[in-house]
Parts: sequence; structure tokens; C-alpha cells
Amino acid sequence: MNGLVRRMLGESSLIPIVSIVIGLLLGAVIMLAGNYDPIAAYGSLLTRAFGDMYNLGETIRQITPYIFTGLAVAFAFRSGLFNIGAEGQFIMGAVAAAAVGVLLEMPWYLHIPLALVASALAGGLWGAVVGYLKAARGVHEVITTIMLNWIALHLANYIVRGALLEKGLARSRYIHESAWLSTSGLTELFDNARIHYGILIALALSALFYFVLWKTRQGFEFRAVGFNPDASEYAGINVKSTFVKAMFISGLFAGVGGACEVMGVFHYQTINSAFPGYGLMGIAVALIGRNSAVGVVLGAVLIGVLTYGASGMKFGAGVPEELINVVIALVIFFVAASGLVELLVRRFRNRNRTVH
Amino acid sequence: MQSGTAVEMRGITKRFPGIVANDNIHLQVRKGEIHALLGENGAGKTTLMNILFGLYQPDEGEIFINGRKVEITGPQKAIDLGIGMIHQHFMLVEPYTVLQNIILGAEPRRGILIDYKKALARVLELSDKYGLHVDPHRTIREISVGMQQRVEILKTLYRGADILIFDEPTAVLTPQEIRELMAIMRRLTEEGKTIILITHKLKEIMAIGDRVTIIRRGRVVDCLPVRESSPEELASMMVGRNVSFVVGKKEARPGETILELKDVTACDERGVQVLKGLSLEVRRGEILGIAGVEGNGQQELIEVLTGLRKASSGEILLRGRLIRNESPRRIAESKVGYIPEDRQKRGLVLDFSVGENLVLKNYYEPPYTERCLLRHNRIHAHAASLIGEYDIRTPDERTPARALSGGNQQKVIVAREVAGDPDLLIATQPTRGLDVGAIEFIHRKLIEQRDSGKAVLLYSLELDEIMNLSDRIAVMYEGRIVGILDPRKTDEQEIGLLMSGGRASGGGGSAGHAPGGGAGDHADESGVRA
Repeated sequence: MNGLVRRMLGESSLIPIVSIVIGLLLGAVIMLAGNYDPIAAYGSLLTRAFGDMYNLGETIRQITPYIFTGLAVAFAFRSGLFNIGAEGQFIMGAVAAAAVGVLLEMPWYLHIPLALVASALAGGLWGAVVGYLKAARGVHEVITTIMLNWIALHLANYIVRGALLEKGLARSRYIHESAWLSTSGLTELFDNARIHYGILIALALSALFYFVLWKTRQGFEFRAVGFNPDASEYAGINVKSTFVKAMFISGLFAGVGGACEVMGVFHYQTINSAFPGYGLMGIAVALIGRNSAVGVVLGAVLIGVLTYGASGMKFGAGVPEELINVVIALVIFFVAASGLVELLVRRFRNRNRTVH
Repeated sequence: MQSGTAVEMRGITKRFPGIVANDNIHLQVRKGEIHALLGENGAGKTTLMNILFGLYQPDEGEIFINGRKVEITGPQKAIDLGIGMIHQHFMLVEPYTVLQNIILGAEPRRGILIDYKKALARVLELSDKYGLHVDPHRTIREISVGMQQRVEILKTLYRGADILIFDEPTAVLTPQEIRELMAIMRRLTEEGKTIILITHKLKEIMAIGDRVTIIRRGRVVDCLPVRESSPEELASMMVGRNVSFVVGKKEARPGETILELKDVTACDERGVQVLKGLSLEVRRGEILGIAGVEGNGQQELIEVLTGLRKASSGEILLRGRLIRNESPRRIAESKVGYIPEDRQKRGLVLDFSVGENLVLKNYYEPPYTERCLLRHNRIHAHAASLIGEYDIRTPDERTPARALSGGNQQKVIVAREVAGDPDLLIATQPTRGLDVGAIEFIHRKLIEQRDSGKAVLLYSLELDEIMNLSDRIAVMYEGRIVGILDPRKTDEQEIGLLMSGGRASGGGGSAGHAPGGGAGDHADESGVRA
């Protein structure tokens, strides 16, 4: 327990925290430059995010998909892969869940697991293709994931149009209620917010993420390959098959995330003309969370609160909603440029030392 | 020799988090001398030279160049002050020609174009003056390592260097090339240049140094004329205790053949055949040393043996069983231990703990894994016992391998490979970059393995190491074994000749075309690229 606390508050989390503070401060400077009141803005952001049960539920709804895609990106990172394709894996998971939810009928205790498994497979296979192409043909995963994102977007639209379409609308038919991840009890508790049980699945998968990486033989191989594929190969690890497995699991996380959006929030799949953006934000979440399970959850909370609370800034302090994207970008910038922040932290500490 | 001081560093102190790399160091280098800087790895000599070259700023101390106090704020400033550095790992652009490499970053221009005519004239003038013969129009890829080093030297001279820092310059050279380099260095000082030679090889200092400054753990131990010292004295000053140069070992008692290679061929990444029908035998209870100039297929041979590269034809037998083209894991499981050449890249996962690194080869088996789950407590217990047994200096088994010194990192690898109780132990450059104490340790372990009836295959670019440890020496040249020698009956001259493609002489009378015997300048023309 002590170790856990130390790890959470140690050097590795100091950088993200300092980066977040700097990002928020610089955001405040920009607000001041635009003649806005930053304190009122951040205050109303927090009120919007946590002020009442409805908004709290909506904030959690916003956080949930970020956990899934954050885990997807972080898992790939841990195995030495840069998964930009969480977006596509997310969409494939969503459409698989929509298909199972719309086309099949069965009791909920079968329907929900089946839909989740289908989405996990869809997302996982969409990721495994990337791993296979890298292992067998040496194609860099950044290229293939970006291309597969577009393929996923249009393939999902094609499936919705061809097999699931609600006549006259740009979306699928509703999934059967037996596949819903939201219940009326939960919805009422949160004042009709669209919160759903996906958050529990997200937290469970975070635990799984930690367990697989640190407690299993396979996890040892993922981390070894992630840190040093050359030494792993020398040690007899099959690096190529490890890539495929890692991308499968990475895609699985994103795919289940897509399913939870369909099964929990909308109960249908829309025909998307653009990416929902959760996959790309997953990169930021993983970065802020330093690719750890706890970090990803906290990173998702941060991004979720900022993006959902942003509408409150406009309402409460007249600050344009889009400004929150600047703040998020600043936070990401400083986390990415961790060397810069480390320098600042060290300066600060040394000064403290000489003062005492 | 001219009078005066070229470089003076006074009271240099440089601290890094946790250590003092340079502690109040004084260094005085006279004009026109070859000043050797002797110290173990990690003693602080490279840090000191990086300060002189402007790559680091000292925390305390002053630097004087030709008697004038200077602030060296960066490499460009150092170059402006006439300081040049010849790095251990060459900084050359491979597809560019020699000429392009020399002028890179300091090109003479005519309008917006590079004035190659002027550049060529200047380079030829320099190469003539200092006896640094190179073909300016060949690309770096096409020329030998010795030639590449000349290009590095010319680069610094072209930029007007008067003070040349050589960082471990002989690590990659054949004995003949080393002799030529020494001749070049003499010539440079005769022409008024000053040389600082960073090295841990005593033989070179004795051969060419004028004065030597010995550094140990960041402090200067002494500075004295080489003539008034002896290798034994220098070694004990460097290490801080008496060292024995001779590796004590008993007569080898070779037993049955463990590893046998018959006509093995293999290609490199570009599909060029690099092993051209190689045959070899290693027996129980012997150390077989492979000598050769880098790039003659040794790397590929080791990779084929360990399963990392596919052989195209031929037979590889381990205790009579065909292992050709089996997976690395399968080969390791057949009791083959392997100490790789690049410990940081191949041997260790630096971000893994010492404990995890110690089970890198067998983490997947009981007792370390059961029902697909890692048994961390057993992994740690295993690590703790090996850390004690091999005297690995680490705070604990949870420390990342990255935090260990090079010698201790290598001990982790040796412990892991030897603990697997292999029948065949393959060691490639096992002591590269290690200090004297760690080298002694590794050598002792290799001989221990031999004496306990293991077959040891040793590949090293350090000829002394091969000569000292091996019971038989196989010389490799262009993908073949060109001779098997008995280390007690041969010498560097003979090995060097074989390494560079010369024919082994049957009885005698080969002295006539032995390169490097007299005029050093042309030796490698006939040797290395023969």
C-alpha cells in the first residue's frame, strides 16, 4: 500500500501534475489576455462537471470512453507500439455491438456478454491486423493504423446502412433493451444523465491491464519487447507474435469502449461522417497517465472533466468553449516535453535546497 | 619539441547527480607532446575531454589554451580554439565520399555552390603533409576502418586543429593499422601538433606516449614521463592495487566435440554472402578464440549459432544433433549460453529490474512461471542468490539494470548465462568497455567454465584477450576460417597477417611480404584491402 502511494506520488506522477498546473495557468493567462475572468471560468467549469447529479453522471459518461481508448494506446505503448488506430478499433467494436444488439434477441445475461465479446473480437482483430502487417511485412504501425481508421469509419457506415438502418434516419435501429448497459434505476439516480455501467467495465479492464502486464508470463514478454525488442529476441521471445498479441489486446480495449457507447449511451450506431475523436484523445490520456493503469484512469478523468465542463465556462464566464482545447493542448505539450518540466522541477528544488 | 603549454586545465570539478565525475583535476599538456590520459572506464577521462571539447561545462575550474584563459562554451568554440576530437565511434556519413565528409559543415563556397576544387586541393595538401593517405573520391562505405579513422583525423586538421584528442583510437584496428596510426601520430607531433590520447591500453602508452596523466575515480593520481615508468606501475596506479596481466590457467584438457560446423554459408541483410563455407569445431574443456578484423562475418557467425540468423547451407551440430535454423529459444534450451556483444542493446532490458534480467532466458518455466503467472517472490529469491554469488553491485534486485555500471551489467549477463549451466558458452567481446577489475572477473569466469568441462567460443576484437585466453585461435577472414593457430606458438604478426587476408606461411620465408614491417604508410594498402 505504501509502495502504491509512493508510486502514485513519486517522480513519475510529478511531471504530469506539474504539466497540468502549467497548462491550466497558461490557459488562465490566455483568458486574461482575452479579458475574461479565469477564476470564474474554471469555477464554472467545475460547477458544470460536478455541480449536481445530472452533470456528475454526464461527466462520468464523458470519462468512460477515454479510459478505454487510453488503455488501448497505453497497452500498445508498453509493448513498443504506437497505436494511432484506437479510433478505428473503437468504431469496429461499436458496430459489432450494434449488430449483435439489433439483430439478435436473447435474455440480457447472454445478450450483454455476447455483444461485449463481439466488440472485443472486432476491435482486437482490427488491431491484430496491424500487428500482423508489422510482424510479417515490416509495415510501420502508425501508417497502417491511420489507414485502417478510415477503412473502419466507412466499413462501419456500410454495415449500418446495409444491415441495421432505421428507415429515414442516418443511424441504425435501436438495439434490444436486453443489450443495454444503462438501467432506469441508474438513470433516475443521476437525474436522467446518460451514465451507464460501462464505467465499471472500464475500471475492470484497467485492473486487467495491470494484471496482464505485471503478473503474467505474457505480460513479461509484452514489457520486454516494449523496452527492448533486440534483447527480447536474443532471450528467445518471439517478437513478431508478441506484436500481434499486443495489438489484439490493445484493439480489444478500444473495441469494448465503442460497444459501451452504443450499449450504454445511444443504444444505436450512427452513420458517422467524421471520427468521434475518442481514439485520438486516448493518445493524450495515455501520455498524461504515463501508460499506467491508474494514470490512464486519472488522465481520462482530467480530459473528461475538462471537455465536459467546458460548456460551463461559456455559460458561467462567457469564455468560448473551444478555449478548453487550448488548455488540453498545453497540458499535453508539457507532458510530452517532460524534459522541460523536469528541468523546471529540478531548478525549483535546488533553489529550495540552497534557501534552507 | 616546442616549449610552452598547449592545454592547461586547473582545478576542474564536474558533478553529476550522485557522483563527482571530475574532482579538482589538473591537467597540463605541453606543446608538441603526446600526452596520454590513462584511467579505467568511468574514471572520468571522457568527461574531462568532453569539458575540453565544450560538450560539458565544468562546475569549477579554469581552462587555458596556449596560456590564455578561455571559456569553452560549445564544440564550435573548441574548434575555433584549435581543438579537434577523434571519437571512438566515427562520426561519418557513410554514403558520402571522403572529401565530402572532410569538408562537411565547413565547405568552401563559390556563391551558393560548394567549391570542390578548392576543397580537394586543401585536403590533398593536408594528407600529404601528415602522411594521411586517403582516396578522396571513395565513399566511406568502400574504405577500411583504418582509412575511416584517417578521414576523422583529416576532418579535424581541415578545421585547423592544433590540439587533437584521440578517444580510444585503437579499439577497432588491426595490429598493423595500430602501428600505422602510431606513425601518423608521431608525424603529427613532428609537424607541431599536440595530441591527447585517451586510452586504457598500457602497451600503447609505453609505445608512443611522452607523458601520462593517470586518473582514478575522478581524481588525478599522478602525472609522469612515460620513460620513467613501467606498465606494472601504471596499471597499479590506474586500478589502485596490483594487477596481474597474465591470466592464470591450467593446461586445457579438451574432451569430446560439442559444436561442429560444416561448410556453413549465410547472407547478410542485403543478401550478400558473408559466411562462405565455414567449418569449425569446439570441444569440451577448451576455449576457442575467433580472431579477425571486424566485419569479416564474425557477427553473422554468432547470429547463425544462436538462431538469430538463418544459414543458407551447411551443417551445425550441437553434441551431434542438427540445430541449424532452430529458434533462439530452442537453441538456448539445448544448453547454449550466450554473452552478446552489445550488452545494453542485446543482453539486457535496461528498464527491467536486475531480477527480471536475471530470468530473461527462463522466466517462462517453473519455478518462475506457474499456470502462466509470474512468481515474483521466486524471481527475487533467485536474483538475490546470484547477486551474492557473482558480486553484482546493486542496491537490490528491484533496481533497474540501467542504474548499474557497465561492469556490473555484464556480471548480470554472465551470471544469467552461466547459471543456466550451458554445455557451450558463446562470448562475444565480453569485456568491451569494462574496467580492469571487471575484465579480470569475466576472464576468470570464462576459464572456470572451461575447466569445468564446458566448451567456450570466444570472439573478441582485442587480440591480447584472444591470445591470453584461447587454447586454440581460429582466424576469420571474409567469411571463412583461414587458419587455426596455437597461441603458444604464434605471435601478433602471424595472426595479423592472417586477419588481413595474407596467406599463412608453411615453414618460413613469409617475412618478405609481411605488411607493417617497415614503411607503415603503405601497409594497409597491401593488407586490409587485399
